[in-house]
Amino acid sequence: MKKIIVACGAGVVTSTTAMNKLNEELQARGYEEGQDYKLIQTSVQSVASMADEADMAITTTQYDNDEIKIPVINGLPLLTGIGADSVIDKVEELIKG
Amino acid sequence: MNYIDSQLVFSQLDAKDSTDVISQLADALYKHGNVNADYKQAVLDREKVYPTGLPSGEICVAVPHTDVKYVKKSAIVFASLKKAVDFANMADKSQTVSVRFVAMLAMKEPHSQVTLLQNLMQLFQNQEYLEKLIKIDDSEKLYGELKDYFK
Repeated sequence: MKKIIVACGAGVVTSTTAMNKLNEELQARGYEEGQDYKLIQTSVQSVASMADEADMAITTTQYDNDEIKIPVINGLPLLTGIGADSVIDKVEELIKG
Repeated sequence: MNYIDSQLVFSQLDAKDSTDVISQLADALYKHGNVNADYKQAVLDREKVYPTGLPSGEICVAVPHTDVKYVKKSAIVFASLKKAVDFANMADKSQTVSVRFVAMLAMKEPHSQVTLLQNLMQLFQNQEYLEKLIKIDDSEKLYGELKDYFK
């Protein structure tokens, strides 16, 4: 099971929205949360400390940290809808491994 | 939809920059008893570090907010802007987006109101409707539209 961090500035508003959209779209593609993948919601400050336990991070804010070893993708399209499919595609690739 | 209040909807808000927008809207929330005295500065500070301008299409929006600890009673304050104001792009601080519509969030519980937030994002994606909303020049009328939309 792939673990995906979903983070925003405060870990309150936009990550909630991004997570919901991601769940909806992944389920529409036939994946089950808790079986195929797990989403972990947090704030961007906590991404680095949680990265060891995760396979991917999606951040709605800018995230610059070269130390981080997992792929970090921009989750803004999950909020605006513009380009959301390509974000879901990347997550699907990860889940399919 | 009790997160939307007629006292917290402003059409054609006249503001000179994003700080001015946030200040005016935070003052309204404070006067209305939704947030404590530190909320305004907290939103302004956070906006610098984690900006909230969303490049949602032809009409761009911003969703300023901050930590739940400054909030006493959840609410969303809405404003259409008389003239566009630059906010930094949420995904890339070096870019700005020209914002015409603002929804400032005061949320008391983290990870809550998922449906409401989802509806809000759908509103931002509905550019035709946004176009209609930003043309309304009466706050009461804008309130009526939003109340119906979030019903």
